Amino acid sequence: MEKVNVTINGKKISVPSDYTVLFAAREAGIDIPTLCYLKDINEIAACRLCVVEVDIKGRPMRNLPASCVLKVEEGMNIRTNTSRVREAVRTNLELILANHNRECLTCFRNGTCELQKLCDEMGVDDIAYEGEKRRPILDQVSMSIVRDSSKCILCGRCVNMCKQVQGIGILDFTRRGFETEIAPAFDFSMADSPCVYCGQCIQACPVAALRERTNIDDVWDALEDPEKFVVVQTAPAVRASLGEEFGMPVGTRVTGKMVAALRRLGFDKVFDTDFTADLTILEEGTELLGRIKNGGKLPMITSCSPGWIRYCETFYPEFVENLSSCKSPQQMFGAIAKSYYAKKIGIDPKNMVVVSIMPCIAKKTEANRLEMQVDGIRDVDFSLTTRELGNMIKQGRVDFKKLSDENFDLILGEYSGAGVIFGATGGVMEAALRTVADVLTGQDLENIEYHVVRGLDGVKEASVVLPVDGVDTEIKVAVAHGTKNAAKVLDAVKAGEKSYHFIEIMACPGGCVHGGGQSHVSAKERLDVNPKVSRANALYAEDAIMVNRKSHKNPEISKLYAEFLVEPNGHLSHKLLHTHYKVKKQYQIENQDDFEELIRK
Amino acid sequence: MQKAIDIKENTDKFEELLRYIESQDKSQGILMQTLHKAQEIFGYLPIEVQKFISEKTKIPMAEIYGVATFYTQFSLEPKGQYTVGVCMGTACYVKSAQLVLDRLQQELKIKVGETTEDNVFSIQATRCLGCCGLAPVMMIGEDVYGKVDPKDIPNILKNYR
Ligand code: SF4
Ligand code: SF4
Ligand code: SF4
Ligand code: FES
Ligand code: FES
Repeated sequence: MEKVNVTINGKKISVPSDYTVLFAAREAGIDIPTLCYLKDINEIAACRLCVVEVDIKGRPMRNLPASCVLKVEEGMNIRTNTSRVREAVRTNLELILANHNRECLTCFRNGTCELQKLCDEMGVDDIAYEGEKRRPILDQVSMSIVRDSSKCILCGRCVNMCKQVQGIGILDFTRRGFETEIAPAFDFSMADSPCVYCGQCIQACPVAALRERTNIDDVWDALEDPEKFVVVQTAPAVRASLGEEFGMPVGTRVTGKMVAALRRLGFDKVFDTDFTADLTILEEGTELLGRIKNGGKLPMITSCSPGWIRYCETFYPEFVENLSSCKSPQQMFGAIAKSYYAKKIGIDPKNMVVVSIMPCIAKKTEANRLEMQVDGIRDVDFSLTTRELGNMIKQGRVDFKKLSDENFDLILGEYSGAGVIFGATGGVMEAALRTVADVLTGQDLENIEYHVVRGLDGVKEASVVLPVDGVDTEIKVAVAHGTKNAAKVLDAVKAGEKSYHFIEIMACPGGCVHGGGQSHVSAKERLDVNPKVSRANALYAEDAIMVNRKSHKNPEISKLYAEFLVEPNGHLSHKLLHTHYKVKKQYQIENQDDFEELIRK
Repeated sequence: MQKAIDIKENTDKFEELLRYIESQDKSQGILMQTLHKAQEIFGYLPIEVQKFISEKTKIPMAEIYGVATFYTQFSLEPKGQYTVGVCMGTACYVKSAQLVLDRLQQELKIKVGETTEDNVFSIQATRCLGCCGLAPVMMIGEDVYGKVDPKDIPNILKNYR
């Protein structure tokens, strides 16, 4: 790349010619405030907090340009730290604040809010413009997501995340001028829109305008109820993010501290969803082999990600039959805890409360799906996000960083390395291949790392040759993460361009490690670290140090089959661990049937 | 939200819209002109029409709704048989056009931009109509009413129902 010479705050620097002034300044060690800017995703220059003074060819530009979209030019002279710039930034912040519900002390984002931080840093101590505020809309109909327009600063980060990254487009700028509001079409609630609850918009939002529906108090109540036996399960990805709630670097693995903290909070047993991740591999692997041998519906597609399930049911109903009938590991855990485990320890399942800690907001709605129960007993009672657990630990006054590592409880806390990597894109596929290859070859294979399915390529493909009924067969698989990539794979399959036996799909880009319930990482921090990579690395590191790295070698899983389930996909498995799906309508209207007839014509 | 439109009765219109969409070059942004065409065909942009456009163009509903609510030339409500325009130009304004508008809204039980339940009247506030000597001025369809006394409004409306 060609280089250009620019001067920033008197310092001469040479940078690639495609740089923006914002990036040139970063290279020179100068931090320009930004709020609407989210690299590669939202570059719409809406907030004007990144303004700078610029001379081009010795002539000052008349207005202060937004540095996040302004490209460098040879000989540019840039000043970021003048009183004119500081005054403009403060004024623009004050204008945002004039139409903002500024109750920081009781705000969900107090402490993680990018707007709050900027106001502090820029020394905003007075709001000169006290104007009318836009109509506040608080949409908390959904079990997963809350939209609070009184906190929205119209930065557009969620809009482009949902539309461009996820390829869905639930939220957009609606109306105009003072009435402008980021909202779903026709003011549908998030629950009635085809939102899949991936929560990526929450990850994009710099303020508290989008957030999860919280269940913290429900869990405190359960913990305080002496009648209740409260068990907790933690999803694989949580251990790679929870530390961030306490200021630890993104992707620090805190498995042992997390277990210790959960014990301090008063959970009777601290278990791991990794256990049922292993169980999923046995159930799903058996289902796959069955479909291959008996001419069942292929490709089979994973069903662990409830965001993906919602996406499939809503946008690709023609693939519902391709979904594995396995419940997600979260739900399997609840079903096993309240049957096998409850019986073992002699507890009435009605008195057992299953809490799950998830990187995900879609899991909250999944836990509430009607069919996620056995004989009238809910599999999972409450599902919390990583962020909510962070808050509980703080409320419980547990000094997280000082905790010593502790181990999960037996028996539902036993897991393999294969279970841990479920949290990263490609992990379920790799775990499945480890087991399926062993089963089909009848060997204990040493080569168990499938690097082709790891990493952040949107769609990853692989094929392995394995003996099926004695005949060497090429098994073709694909992995997609993020709903836009899912659409790509499904469209290719639909068009007959591709054929696979097995596809792993996660609704969130990067998989669960970047789920909508994980810790917030600010737009600024994302310029230096990629949480998808750092957190996935934490999981692969945990896998690498495990003695047992294959799901079918988990001794407690073997016992579970021997003592209780009998066999994968058997009668009891179907009752407890499998489910069914239903097609969902988008933006349901009064005359929906007539509309569908019209579309079919 | 207004009453659902009868999809079966309007099949022709949907087909006309579809022919238009299919004739467009998809490589370019086609939302604006498609919404214009739809508004021309249906007179307004109800949810059924926006859903139809979304389905056929794969543009997300929120984006369509966003554009439809941003530009004042698009309407989400059906227009009545008669548009009642009340001039809010300077001359009319100083001659108490606001009182005319207030009375009209009260009489028809709708606000500016809305349409009566029976689809007969919609109200619009307009700019100077060029007959300031007659202020305050009101138009119903093509008929001009000058020096309007709010008290006369019920009688004037009677002629149109
Ligand atoms: S969103 Fe940020 S600035 Fe607004 S009230 Fe909450 S913490 Fe304060
Ligand atoms: S949760 Fe996902 S699908 Fe729903 S609005 Fe946010 S980004 Fe879009
Ligand atoms: S909801 Fe959040 S991300 Fe979306 S525009 Fe508002 S402040 Fe920005
Ligand atoms: S305008 Fe540049 S960060 Fe918002
Ligand atoms: S101001 Fe009303 S007609 Fe001119």
